[in-house]
Amino acid sequence: MAIPDWLDDLLWTYQNLIHSLGINGLLALSMYVVLAVGQLSLGQAAFMGLGAYSSALMTLRLHWPFWAVLPASCVVPAAFALAIGVPTLRLSGVYLAIATIGLGEVLRAIYLNVDLFGGALGLSGIPDSAETWMIYALLGAALLALWLIGRSRIGRAMEAMREDEVAAQVMGVNIRAYRMGALLASAVLAGIAGALSAHVSSFIGPGEYGFEPAVTILSFALLGGIGTPLAPVLGSTILTLLPELLRGFSDLRLVFNGVIIVIAVLFLPNGLLSWRMPRRAA
Amino acid sequence: MLAQQLVNGVLLGATYALFALGFTLMFGVLRVINLTYGFYFTAGAFIALAATRTAHLPIWVALPFAALGAGLIAVLVDFLLLTRLRRVRAPELSSLMVTLGATLALYSAMTSLLGPDIRRLPPGLISPQAIEIAGIRVTEAQLLILGATAILVGALLLLLRRTRFGLAIRAMSEQPDAAGLVGIDIARAAALVSFVSGCLAGAGGVLIGLNFNAIHPYMGEAMMLRGFVVIIVGGLGDIRGALIAGLLLGIVEVMTAAYLDSNLKEAVAFAILVAVLWTKPSGLFGRARLRRA
Repeated sequence: MAIPDWLDDLLWTYQNLIHSLGINGLLALSMYVVLAVGQLSLGQAAFMGLGAYSSALMTLRLHWPFWAVLPASCVVPAAFALAIGVPTLRLSGVYLAIATIGLGEVLRAIYLNVDLFGGALGLSGIPDSAETWMIYALLGAALLALWLIGRSRIGRAMEAMREDEVAAQVMGVNIRAYRMGALLASAVLAGIAGALSAHVSSFIGPGEYGFEPAVTILSFALLGGIGTPLAPVLGSTILTLLPELLRGFSDLRLVFNGVIIVIAVLFLPNGLLSWRMPRRAA
Repeated sequence: MLAQQLVNGVLLGATYALFALGFTLMFGVLRVINLTYGFYFTAGAFIALAATRTAHLPIWVALPFAALGAGLIAVLVDFLLLTRLRRVRAPELSSLMVTLGATLALYSAMTSLLGPDIRRLPPGLISPQAIEIAGIRVTEAQLLILGATAILVGALLLLLRRTRFGLAIRAMSEQPDAAGLVGIDIARAAALVSFVSGCLAGAGGVLIGLNFNAIHPYMGEAMMLRGFVVIIVGGLGDIRGALIAGLLLGIVEVMTAAYLDSNLKEAVAFAILVAVLWTKPSGLFGRARLRRA
């Protein structure tokens, strides 16, 4: 093997942490896409759960190979995003926020009570077919794609509608199409993150996709800021590493995540990384 | 059988209506989807638990006590989180995010202090006896729920329609800037609305705690789903709409549990929410001003 022993040991010891860093990075990006068009979806954890449960069922019940399961895991989250997004995105932002929080609560109740989803025990015995390199390759691909989109005409349109919706509309930006596109992209990213996490941890349960993770994912993006796609990934990295670095902190992790959001909205509206997308003059 | 289910549904729906009333009032007047609202519900239930378990107070003392306590918490939270955002006229999504973060912090702080276990009100707090009227069984807890809801809703409607404060609040909900210009003390009225809403949520927490006899930190979060369904179906900010939608939701839930599957209660409620958003986003009664993008 080309990997030296000490590195191999290190990777083995911190395997879970390395997986969560990558998966949380993908979730932070799925939050970023929606915030970048000036909307607030609190369904990231719910979309992740849909990806995780649907992919686990495809693996366990239908015995599909992982290369087929992974892309298919975005289908169910995307369908839910459409069902909720089409009616709410023509209204003011509070409707999407309300409907997506509601989605999380409902899905938790369904996973808990419907036999197909294993009830309170969840689904176990999921093969660990997702490799670490897959997580990071997908995270890298998503970052690159969002970076390129951010620098393109589309990125300018997104920034314009985030700053001033009416002005953007007057300039000919089809805001409804952009919002729907952003919500779909976000559901797809979260769904893939869910499938990856289900296939590295061998077990998924109904409590993992509820209110707490939904708010935590928002705290990733708000800590980092949404100026560029790198910023939310920085936020998720900090908030994933912090409980590991500070012993005794893990009990208060959720309190801290909540407080981060309050502070970020009240005092740091641009997040830690407040720089903007670098662009040449048009 | 059907009549019995209908009565159970109306009684459950009365609590939902009570809970959602404060939520919709807050939105109508303060223009904020305040997600800490679910926490006031939890707080009310826990105050009642402490009052009955530790101080051995009877329920008819503990209930108003819990409602007032939750109201004070609501005023404090509103002051700490939202005054600044109101002053800079922040977009509504900012205030939604702040209250969301605060909700997570409050729930998880409470869980780490008190533990996630389900607690029960002391036995004998209210007699488990049921009264039979024309073949329909009603427990004393249910009668208390009905009585308390009727009194609170009546008091709220009187406050809104018959007092100067009510007039100020209604003016704020229609024209916030103009209300300030004609000399209404906006900060005081906002505090009053938070207090009243917090009281309603706290009372709802006690009543639901009595009805299901299960009190735990996250009970408010499960209740928020009902709150969302009621205020969307009734129309955002529409008080009469929230009353009717709350009753309807209670009936639908009880009927779903009785004739379909009790595991589908939440799913049916959410399906109604999405169906209303598709077809009639201004609420079933169509009086709420639709906030288009």
